[in-house]
This record gives sequence, structure tokens and C-alpha cells, in this order.
Amino acid sequence: MSIRTIVAAVMFSILAMFFVFTAFMLSFGVPKATQMDDYIIMHTQNETGSNSGVTSVVFDYRGFDTLGEATILFAAVSGVIMIFRRLKK
Amino acid sequence: MSQMSKIVRTISNIIFPFVMIFGLYVIAHGHLTPGGGFQGGAVAASGCALLIVAYGSTWIFDRIKVSKLSTFESIGALGFIGVAFLGLILGGVFFKNFLVGSNIIFGNIPQTLSTNSDFNTAGALPLMNFAVGVKVIAGLFVIVLIMAYASCTKEWKK
Repeated sequence: MSIRTIVAAVMFSILAMFFVFTAFMLSFGVPKATQMDDYIIMHTQNETGSNSGVTSVVFDYRGFDTLGEATILFAAVSGVIMIFRRLKK
Repeated sequence: MSQMSKIVRTISNIIFPFVMIFGLYVIAHGHLTPGGGFQGGAVAASGCALLIVAYGSTWIFDRIKVSKLSTFESIGALGFIGVAFLGLILGGVFFKNFLVGSNIIFGNIPQTLSTNSDFNTAGALPLMNFAVGVKVIAGLFVIVLIMAYASCTKEWKK
């Protein structure tokens, strides 16, 4: 048994553990779908000071998501410049 | 691609400032109205693409350095991460909205469920909007410009 098989088995068991834990952590339908909406609508102007709830979610509550999008755009520009680097004068 | 006719160039000269102003408005009012850094940056970058279509990519490529646009893109990315790290330093949490409630700038807090628009609100969100806007304008303009130039030049094929 090679070391690659052992590493793959460990990774798969960790992944399966995540699925099992998330399946049994909460019962079905809890929390309600409108709970997060009501919290954001009622608290966004007090907590972030922004009148636009969408902007407050994108840049404040889910800031890491926007950081990932910015990283994707940066990687795209880097890739395009790298592919066409022979065009430089 | 060479230049288009004089009619197209004149009309694009007239339209271009309005497109840029609308894009910068969407960026600057991102915390009050629908839109934000990404959307306003896409609008402004489409205005730059209008210039590429009207004047030809070689004409633009001779006058604008790609390395400077790439520098602007990096400045936007560093500004975004810098605001996030300022939240870590001043507020204790990464992406903490450290300016809200302060007296410096953008510090006012509106009433809950009010629709009165005050520009001086929302803490660090306008700074992040500006950084992302600069980043998206420069990034999309670089992508469109390089691809348009590479599709029409001969030196790429050998």
C-alpha cells in the first residue's frame, strides 16, 4: 500500500466526516429561511451604517467572499498578461 | 483593427464622458443605491471598450502603457486588503467596519428602516467600493485591450 493511497483514504474519510456531521447537526428546516433576512433587514443600518443592504452584505457581512472575487479577477488579469507577454514592446 | 469612420468616432466622443460619469456615480454611491464597486467598474470599463471599438486597438495600445494599468489594478487590490487589515489593527477583527460611529469620515448611522440618503454614512464600505472600482476598471480594460490587440496584430502569429 503506497503512501499516496493512505493520504487519499485519510482525505476521503475527513470529507465524509464533514458530510455526516453537517447532515446530523441540525434537523430539517431549522433555522428558518427567513431568519437571516429578518436579521439583516433589521440590523444592517444600525451595525454597518449603510442604507443599501446588498452592499452591506457584500462588503461587510460576507467580506471574505468579496476578497475571493477580487483574487479571481487579479488571477484573470495576471493570466491574460502572462499569455500575451510577447506583445510587449 | 483600424479606426472606424468619423461619424462613429464623433458619437463615441460625445457618449464617452457620460458613460464614465455614470460608472463613477455608481461606484461612489455604492452604499446608498443599487450597485457598487464591481458594477460601476464594469460600466466604466465598457466605456473604455467603446473607445477601443471606435478608435482601433492599435491606436489605443500605442498611447496607453499596459504596465501602468496593471499598476492601477494592483493598487486597487492592495487598497482593498489594506482597509481589511486596518479593521484588524484598529477594531480587532479582519474586515471589521472600524469607521462606523466615528467622527472622522463616513461615520453617521442612519435610522433603522429609514430611506433618507446621507452620503456621510457606512463606515469603511465606501473606501472598499473605491478600491474595488479602480481595480475592476483597470483589470477589465487591460483584458479587453490586450485581447483586442492580439487578435488583429501580425507579430503574434510568428
